[in-house]
Amino acid sequence: MLSRTADHLYWMARYTERAENLARMLEVNYRMSLLPQGSEIVEQGWIATLTIIGLMDAFKQRYGAVTPANAIAFLVFDRDNPMSIYSCVRAARENARAVRGTLTSEIWESINATWLEMRVAGMRPSSEAEVGNFFEWVKYRSHLTRGVVQGTMLRDEAWHFTWLGTYLERSDSTARILDVKYHLLLPRGEKAGGAADYYQWGALLNSVSAFEIYRRVYRDLITPRRVAELLVLRADMPRSLHRCVSQVYTHLTAVRNSQSAETERRAGELHASLLFGRIEHIFELGLHEYLVQFMGRTRDLGERVSRDFLVSSAD
Amino acid sequence: MPAVKPYDEMHAEDGSVREHYRTFSSWLDRTPKDRVAQKRTEADSLFHRVGITFAVYGEEAGTERLIPFDIVPRIIPAQEWQHLAAGLRQRVRALNAFIADIYHDQNILAAGRIPAEQVLCNGQYRPEMQGVDVPGSIYAHIAGIDVVRAGRGEFYVLEDNLRVPSGVSYMLEDRRMMMRLFPELFAQHSIAPVEHYPDLLLENLRSVAPHGVNDPTVVLLTPGAYNSAYFEHAFLAQQMGIELVEGQDLYVEDEFLYMRTTRGPQRVDVIYRRIDDDFLDPLAFRPDTMLGVPGLLSAYRAGRVTIANAIGTGVADDKSIYPYVPEMIRFYLGEEPLLSNVPTYVLRRKEDLDYTLAHLNELVVKEVHGAGGYGMLIGPAATTAQIEEFRQRILRNPEKYIAQPTLSLSACPTFVDQGIAPRHLDLRPFVLSGSEVTLVPGGLTRVALREGSLVVNSSQGGGTKDTWVLEK
Repeated sequence: MLSRTADHLYWMARYTERAENLARMLEVNYRMSLLPQGSEIVEQGWIATLTIIGLMDAFKQRYGAVTPANAIAFLVFDRDNPMSIYSCVRAARENARAVRGTLTSEIWESINATWLEMRVAGMRPSSEAEVGNFFEWVKYRSHLTRGVVQGTMLRDEAWHFTWLGTYLERSDSTARILDVKYHLLLPRGEKAGGAADYYQWGALLNSVSAFEIYRRVYRDLITPRRVAELLVLRADMPRSLHRCVSQVYTHLTAVRNSQSAETERRAGELHASLLFGRIEHIFELGLHEYLVQFMGRTRDLGERVSRDFLVSSAD
Repeated sequence: MPAVKPYDEMHAEDGSVREHYRTFSSWLDRTPKDRVAQKRTEADSLFHRVGITFAVYGEEAGTERLIPFDIVPRIIPAQEWQHLAAGLRQRVRALNAFIADIYHDQNILAAGRIPAEQVLCNGQYRPEMQGVDVPGSIYAHIAGIDVVRAGRGEFYVLEDNLRVPSGVSYMLEDRRMMMRLFPELFAQHSIAPVEHYPDLLLENLRSVAPHGVNDPTVVLLTPGAYNSAYFEHAFLAQQMGIELVEGQDLYVEDEFLYMRTTRGPQRVDVIYRRIDDDFLDPLAFRPDTMLGVPGLLSAYRAGRVTIANAIGTGVADDKSIYPYVPEMIRFYLGEEPLLSNVPTYVLRRKEDLDYTLAHLNELVVKEVHGAGGYGMLIGPAATTAQIEEFRQRILRNPEKYIAQPTLSLSACPTFVDQGIAPRHLDLRPFVLSGSEVTLVPGGLTRVALREGSLVVNSSQGGGTKDTWVLEK
């Protein structure tokens, strides 16, 4: 297929996934802010979020004070913030539009309808209660699009590049969600127990749809170590790093070309480290350090995918 | 406006419903008004969701407009269509013969049937094409011929579009929409199908591949997602199952054309291009364009790739050449034209100019290179000041204009704010030329939504209707 087409599909999937993950990340903050606790802790949560996604400076320049209302305005509907949910949905739609001939009409309709509804939602101010519903809606639309991709798309190269984008984005995002929460919760979490911790960790697990999974897998109290194990190493957890990287590796081998051997090797190496890794070793290194390293490696994979497949040279 | 009452597609002069509209008309009478209203709303939201829109330049990315769709179909009885189709095939055969002649021996000029300077000094004549052989001697592979009905309902050809005619996606989507909204109507009528147009088009494009290529790779070349007709480009590429490419996806090496793919370069044999000649190759035409492919003309002249439509077809669809098409039919085919031209005054001729200047308030004056309904004077609707201003423009460059009598275009009942009222319309059937000349029974019907307006272009507020050719 055309390199440019593959590029649009890959970014269409990444932006769709990014919008969803942003909604998940914001939802966890939003839920935590509803718990009985000081406004300082709430503010800490937003500061950590803005820092981890690398937008703290841009935010400060435009909004100044870190308040839940400001942070939500910046990250949800701000069309001048290229990383807002609004902008991500628009970018997903623009990429889809550029290759709508490659998409099934159902996929296009799903993505286009999301954008049209988003434009309407972006035009009116939303109340606090509506914001919660809005995050649900973003997730729901993303589920729908993914389901339509799953249900209607030919299993050809276009399919593989779409999922390559999805899983690379998701691996990065799960790492960030874990990092931002761990950063905040660990000092208190190590003591274990306590109602506040329970809700904090519960909110984190909920944000990656893992609360019920945690219960099923561990049938026990929520502990930070197990949360990390679930989200990093469990191969059967759909949003874990292990699961994402193994999917990246699978789709990468399916589109293999004459210059992609090194990229494939690096993806395989990362996959092996997750397959055979132990949570104890990760904690010895420090979870934050581990996650930073991990995000560096997935960023490298993303750049290599672009170079190998998406912007090929003339000769 | 002319005093004559326009030909009404649905009603005869005595007010009775014409036979081919009877079934539809009684359906419309029977169907509750609120159901029809609800279906019209549904059509709008479906068009938006599916994204059948055209981009509007200068607005935020992601804003596109709908072309209004009207649910009253334009119905053509079988016999009328057979006559029309035969006339269109004849016309397009002659036009292709003309272009081939002009770029080779120029017999028609030698015979004095068309003034040579009219052709050779025309900006649309491409000297680069002189002596270049193209597969099957076909130049206008896809022709959109604009037809109107006037007077007592006779057909006139208004314009030949031989460069990059657009609108066929609306023909297909309007049909799909009507079937979705009113399936019962299709059960009650015997309507000739048009849905196979993309298959015909692909077959046609494959039939003109360079000599010796057995399994040609066909691509559709678009200027990109911000072009106003992008929806159509994407739609057709998808329907034909071919790649939708932009200039940046292609490159020429050793006079062969390649596209960049995730698995390396792949040869391309046929380009269905939807960009104008000027933008095709920065090395040969406009150097400042990013839309085309450097070196494409050299690959084309070497016979390594087919471009559809060919470069230089504009020489045959220019408004200054239009008056000579009946002559082409006689010259190349030895036949009398089956379809009439609109009588046309060519203002480079002294006697035509004098007549026109004396009758500006009755005539439509058009720029010979104008398109999209811009740059024209509709005499009966113009103010004295507008007429005077146009008079000066004509006097400065008479050779840039032609004039035609204002035809009383036929009208068809159409939903408007006040209810149902007659509105003027035209028809653009699409004629395909390859190893044979074919067309699907139907075309794009455009309708002027403003009362009394004769301008049907979508850029000027026109809408569309589904076009039904009855099978019996």
